[in-house]
Amino acid sequence: MEDNVIIAEGLTKCFGTFTAVDHISFSVKKGEIFGFLGANGAGKTTAMRMLCGLSIPTEGKAVVAGFDVETQSEEIKKNIGYMSQKFSLYEDLKVWENIRLFAGIYGVPEKEIAPKTDALLGRLGFEKEKNTLVKLLPLGWKQKLAFSVAIFHGPKIVFLDEPTGGVDPMVRRQFWNMIYEAAERGITVFVTTHYMDEAEYCDRISIMVDGRIEAMDTPKNLKDEFGVESMDEVFYLLARTAKRAE
Amino acid sequence: MKQFFSFVKKEFYHVFRDSWTMVILLLMPVVQMILFGFAISTEIRNINVAIVAPEHDELTKMITDKLDAVDYFTVNGYFTSMEKLDEAFRQGDIDCAIIFGQAFEENLYSADGSSICLSVDASNSNTATTMAMYAQSIISDCIKELSPYVGAAGIAPDIKMLYNPQMKSSFNFVPGLMGLIIILICAMMTSVSIVREKEKGTMELLLVSPVKPLTIVISKMVPYMVMSFVNYLTILLLATTLLGVPVAGSFLTLSLLSLIYIITALALGLLISSATQSQLVAMIGSGMVLMIPVLFFSGLLFPVEGMPKVFQYFSWIVPARWYVTAAKKLMIQGLSFRYVLQEFIVLSSMAVLFITISLKSFKNRLS
Repeated sequence: MEDNVIIAEGLTKCFGTFTAVDHISFSVKKGEIFGFLGANGAGKTTAMRMLCGLSIPTEGKAVVAGFDVETQSEEIKKNIGYMSQKFSLYEDLKVWENIRLFAGIYGVPEKEIAPKTDALLGRLGFEKEKNTLVKLLPLGWKQKLAFSVAIFHGPKIVFLDEPTGGVDPMVRRQFWNMIYEAAERGITVFVTTHYMDEAEYCDRISIMVDGRIEAMDTPKNLKDEFGVESMDEVFYLLARTAKRAE
Repeated sequence: MKQFFSFVKKEFYHVFRDSWTMVILLLMPVVQMILFGFAISTEIRNINVAIVAPEHDELTKMITDKLDAVDYFTVNGYFTSMEKLDEAFRQGDIDCAIIFGQAFEENLYSADGSSICLSVDASNSNTATTMAMYAQSIISDCIKELSPYVGAAGIAPDIKMLYNPQMKSSFNFVPGLMGLIIILICAMMTSVSIVREKEKGTMELLLVSPVKPLTIVISKMVPYMVMSFVNYLTILLLATTLLGVPVAGSFLTLSLLSLIYIITALALGLLISSATQSQLVAMIGSGMVLMIPVLFFSGLLFPVEGMPKVFQYFSWIVPARWYVTAAKKLMIQGLSFRYVLQEFIVLSSMAVLFITISLKSFKNRLS
């Protein structure tokens, strides 16, 4: 049990009479890549916001990195990284200024920032772009940079909300390699995505339909269970039961 | 604290890299000073005046010369009868006419007195009143000078214009302009810059980080606070050197007052930003909520004292009104701190109130 870095039990969020997230329960192990799938409006983002301490659950409880989302959200914030579906760096800041800012926000020690920044830029092959304004970078580069910034402070868990939206397959591949590297370093990855080929890369996935988790297992087991060839078909079989319009 | 400084640095980058906005913000007070100082003026110049006198005696000649000598009057036509006067008004050749009665000087000493009539083009009622006032004062000056014992001239009060003997409109608009510019920059720019982060999605990123919301907000205010203080100094410098507006009172008190007003304006901006979701709405919102009340109720364009009571009460909730009133007292009248104590207290309480409300509503947004 102590290996579980995210534990959700009956997590629920209502907005008025609308139940966005309806009693979901799951747990994610340390170093796991957990795919959080669902059609638009299924409640993925709402669930993720609750786990990040941005939104207080109406019912149920969740423990993230050992802290309760309801009462210890400030502690959680120190231990997670976050990258949202919207591009999440400052466009009018230079590459190094963005890294510097977020390193400062997360309290990375002053002495470590400069060498870590250089190492990071070297790994990404961005040495020449250190002084470039972020808005001048191609989208794929921005996403890679945003991910690197999200894990710069060495969080226990990184939450990725549709991180590869609008990016070409080549860069998506590179992006997933970065995710694997992060997971190998022991960072737990919680990722939402629309791309079913990406779902195959995850260790374990859950599929949300109308605010509930309808299926949760490894990609292979899910395919076997539904007797189909690809995750695409699994998703289709589940998602068509949805009643909620977008 | 380190976190706070890296945030402030970030905000300065935002402001400096948006170079057009910065240029506009820094040049705005200069342009407005030139506009209000030289182009838009409530003083009236170049009044064309016609003289209608059946006969030229010494007194009519003296009044005519005196009018012509004053730089805002130009005598533009002499008539001996009324017939051509109407035509001259219609042609727009003249704005006002002075019509002397028969045997003006002679009758002055008679029992009936003599008559003089002032005819003014009142298609613009404001300028008409001013023109009539100017002309009247010159005429009564002349009559008094020539014959101090004349009953016909009556007892004209000796008017003294205190604090602004030359009746310069710049004495009125400079404090008003300071009130306007500070509100614009502080309130509008802070609200737009906070809402921009919401719109671009970076606010979410900040909210999932361990940064305190208060840090985010306060650091956003710092660059605009600096900028509006620069603008305040620019306005003062231009006003004293170019327009001859005095800072009769203490410069320090005036700066302190401005600082409190700046904080009030920043808090207002924060309040607007927490109520809006898009930059456009924030911009229009601050335009409607801030600019119009400032223009109308700060005494910049119209005197508040002349408004119906309801509007006068309304003006009490406009921070600019208090600031402009106090700034006038300090700059023009040269009064000391204790005469602006009331304004200080009102502005400070407004600042505290706005900050409390906006911080409360900002926190509510997180849950």
